[in-house]
Amino acid sequence: MASITIRDVRKSYAKMQVVHGVNLDIRSGEFVVILGPSGCGKSTLLRMIAGLEEISDGTIAIDGAVVNRLEPRERGCAMVFQNYALYPHMSVAQNIGYSLKVAGVPAAERTQRIQAVARILELEHLLDRKPMALSGGQRQRVAMGRAMIREPKVFLFDEPLSNLDAKLRVQMRSEIRKLHRRLNATSVFVTHDQVEAMTLADRLVVMNGGCVEQVGTPAEVYSRPASRFVATFVGAPAMNMLEGTVALDGVSLLGGSRKLNVSRAGLPVGSKVAVGVRPEAVRMVAPGTPGALDATVDLVEELGAGRVVYVDLDGASFSVVTSETVHPEPGSAVGLQFAESDLHFFSSETGGRLDVFKASVPEAAL
Amino acid sequence: MVERTPILNFFTHVILFAGFVFCVAPFVIVAIAASHNLKDVNDVPMSLLPGSDFWVNIKTAWTTADLGPKLFNSFVMAAGVAAGKVIISALTAFSIVYFRYPGRMLIFWLIFVTLMLPLEVRIVPTYAVVANVLSPYQAIMDVTGISWLIEKISGVQVSLSLGLLNSYTGLIMPLIATATGTFLYRQFFLTVPDELTEAARMDGAGALRFFVDILLPLSRNNMAALGTIMFLWAWNQYVWPLLITTDQSHATAVTELKQLIPNVGGAPEWHIAMAGTLIVMLPPLIVVVLMQRWFVRGLIATEK
Repeated sequence: MASITIRDVRKSYAKMQVVHGVNLDIRSGEFVVILGPSGCGKSTLLRMIAGLEEISDGTIAIDGAVVNRLEPRERGCAMVFQNYALYPHMSVAQNIGYSLKVAGVPAAERTQRIQAVARILELEHLLDRKPMALSGGQRQRVAMGRAMIREPKVFLFDEPLSNLDAKLRVQMRSEIRKLHRRLNATSVFVTHDQVEAMTLADRLVVMNGGCVEQVGTPAEVYSRPASRFVATFVGAPAMNMLEGTVALDGVSLLGGSRKLNVSRAGLPVGSKVAVGVRPEAVRMVAPGTPGALDATVDLVEELGAGRVVYVDLDGASFSVVTSETVHPEPGSAVGLQFAESDLHFFSSETGGRLDVFKASVPEAAL
Repeated sequence: MVERTPILNFFTHVILFAGFVFCVAPFVIVAIAASHNLKDVNDVPMSLLPGSDFWVNIKTAWTTADLGPKLFNSFVMAAGVAAGKVIISALTAFSIVYFRYPGRMLIFWLIFVTLMLPLEVRIVPTYAVVANVLSPYQAIMDVTGISWLIEKISGVQVSLSLGLLNSYTGLIMPLIATATGTFLYRQFFLTVPDELTEAARMDGAGALRFFVDILLPLSRNNMAALGTIMFLWAWNQYVWPLLITTDQSHATAVTELKQLIPNVGGAPEWHIAMAGTLIVMLPPLIVVVLMQRWFVRGLIATEK
């Protein structure tokens, strides 16, 4: 168990900077998930912690000791790779025990520890097999075993579930969670899958374009996204965003065709904002209901437990998740209603969250 | 598209058989000639029915050309070249693919250039170097005046000399230093996933450990293929062994075959020559048969 302290870490390849000054404190025993789209620098950050990439600037410390110049093996980290990276010519037992063999652990102790790890991961009957003869889920477990056997201070996961099929992914997800509860080792998990991120994380780190956008518990990130990017990236379907301009008596939306009645609270009239509302927070009412925005239904997606309704709001696409037994026909008119507390405001210029508004019930205007 | 019609099947088999006959016929003729006696082998046309003197001829060839020690020499040389090639190619390719150091590309191109300079092209300088391995150093010292300086100070005349003529080392070393194997390995190493390298680093394996524990076992097939090709190539070398083995004790089987070829004015003992050829052909054949399984796999497939 160990804490990780990341200070102003940057990474550049030649002239291109891909990670721009990341600061992060990971507490001992915590399960942190780094979430972001591909190319956001999340894997690079993980590999810098592991020691597989050089740190261009800044420091990474494990348990207070700066590890910038240490070799991977000296950092006490173990890593699970996306493609498992099992040694194809070695049996499962040899794969799991290789790090101990390199470290010069005597054969008897090695066998004992391999057995112990295999028991936890239910791999005992597969120990003599070659990786070629294993299924995806089994290979994944061997990769985990290889990381576990060293009893590392830190576990690093680089999108370990993305090569598995959907069912197995859900299963391995809960197994990783259980394993973490059992070993209680500090873990850093990189993924681009937000469901994986939300379910696994004690704390979530959302990255975009080489910068950390938000750090918080999954609930915090979902309910109070710190930026427009986080708001649209976390949650499915994505949060609805409407461009607007601050007016004297609220916010005029979509070039002035619609209006929200909210207090201006210090923002200068004429400044551009984006108003966000989650599809789950929107209620569909009869068209023409006072205080609701009228829209036309475009498309309905059936999910079984509910349905996603895509509506057209003066040319802007808007989605609504509903579990009610209404079946709106494409082309029909509906009213959209949402509570003021469910509105999120972001600066159109910086994308940052604005908490200056007090939203009230929206009203169709003009 | 694979078509299956009886007529097409028939024709493809005819072509296949013709090719087979074309390849095998010379060997059959050699074997038949080796079984005749002096009179029959010189009949025109030579009878294509095997004679009865096969073992007698083999025995005569063996003793006349003293093939026992010569085959041993050939074997030492071919095995030495094969082993040396496999080792040195693996090491150079490892260095080129897995390390970043100044001058890496220069070294890569220097190795590449050896492909364009086969032994036959550089045979004179190579001979000079093998005759005295230290001669380049001597030349450098003479040109820079170091040897003059040493002579002035200590009174000792510098004259470095280490000859490798008529030695196994001299036979083997110059044949090892070419690039073919390096490129075979390089291509293979480039197909080994980076994650495997990184996993080994995370497991605490250093460069050499990774090389021995992971890369070498993975390139088993490549080694077999390269080893086989190099064994055959070295076994069939003629000019180089002929040039540097002035002493009979280090001559190879292939060069000694000329002992059996009838001289002008001598008896036309072609049956003996053919018998000797058969003997010399046998060891490479055995190597190919034994290594075939690995050999083909190494050249066509990358096991991952």
